[in-house]
Amino acid sequence: MADDRRTHRSHVSYIDKSRGYYGAQGYPQAYQWAYHHDVPFAALKKPLAKCRIGLVTTSFFERNINETSVAGTGTKEPYAALCSDALGGLYNKDLFWDKDNTHTDDLDTYLPINRLREFAAQGRIGSLADRFYGVPTDYSHRRTTRRDAPQILEFAQQDELDAVVLVPL
Amino acid sequence: MSLVARHLEEAGLPTVVVGSARDIVEECGVSRFVFTDFPLGNPTGKPGDVEMQTTITGMALDLLERAWQPRTTAQTPFVWDADCNDDWRQHFMKVDDSNRTALAAAGDERRAAQATAKAEGTGRG
Repeated sequence: MADDRRTHRSHVSYIDKSRGYYGAQGYPQAYQWAYHHDVPFAALKKPLAKCRIGLVTTSFFERNINETSVAGTGTKEPYAALCSDALGGLYNKDLFWDKDNTHTDDLDTYLPINRLREFAAQGRIGSLADRFYGVPTDYSHRRTTRRDAPQILEFAQQDELDAVVLVPL
Repeated sequence: MSLVARHLEEAGLPTVVVGSARDIVEECGVSRFVFTDFPLGNPTGKPGDVEMQTTITGMALDLLERAWQPRTTAQTPFVWDADCNDDWRQHFMKVDDSNRTALAAAGDERRAAQATAKAEGTGRG
């Protein structure tokens, strides 16, 4: 890629774009995105080669999707499932991603179960947990912080994870 | 998702987010973030490109191991389209005269469907 000069930042601002996009759809009130000044930080407590790693996705199993529900009114709940059950792919066509330019037919482009298993086999990590976890893309901060996040933490504690890789679509 | 990462960190569990919506993740504020500057959908690498997926997933592991302070962002070295890399950026969520009427109609339709769902009790309301 050649060097360049630009009047705008190169990467997409989804906050800016979505404000214009939904405004054009007749939603005059802009979405209130989460903003925090302070950020918590936890360090690994043991070498990575001894750590059990967990994965979190925003994708779901199709059977858990209520097909009759209208976008934005869904009834998804956080879940835990076996990684081995996800290898055939997960359902995310209801989520907002760039369907014109790419696809999600390759699981490891958004939930790198196979890649992490390879790292485990090489000894880079201790292991990948048998289960992975799903969390709804919920526009309610309240539901995410009070219901979903504590549930994912509970799953992580049940599976005695040492670190977590989260991959939003 | 970033809110979940923060919750885990607050409980003492190290996390790394791998994503393509840089502004959303960084505004929320997370401990470690691997930014893949791709269209939304493939934050851990292009379809079929195992080597790239391995590199990006490896970068997430590197951050778990080596980041020493919050808000550590690493950007992957990959570009989506070396020749026309701004095309997908400009196309996504585009609003201009070519689609303004259609977007307004889509919004009306969505609100009507949501109102129906609420009335029937099939949505969250």
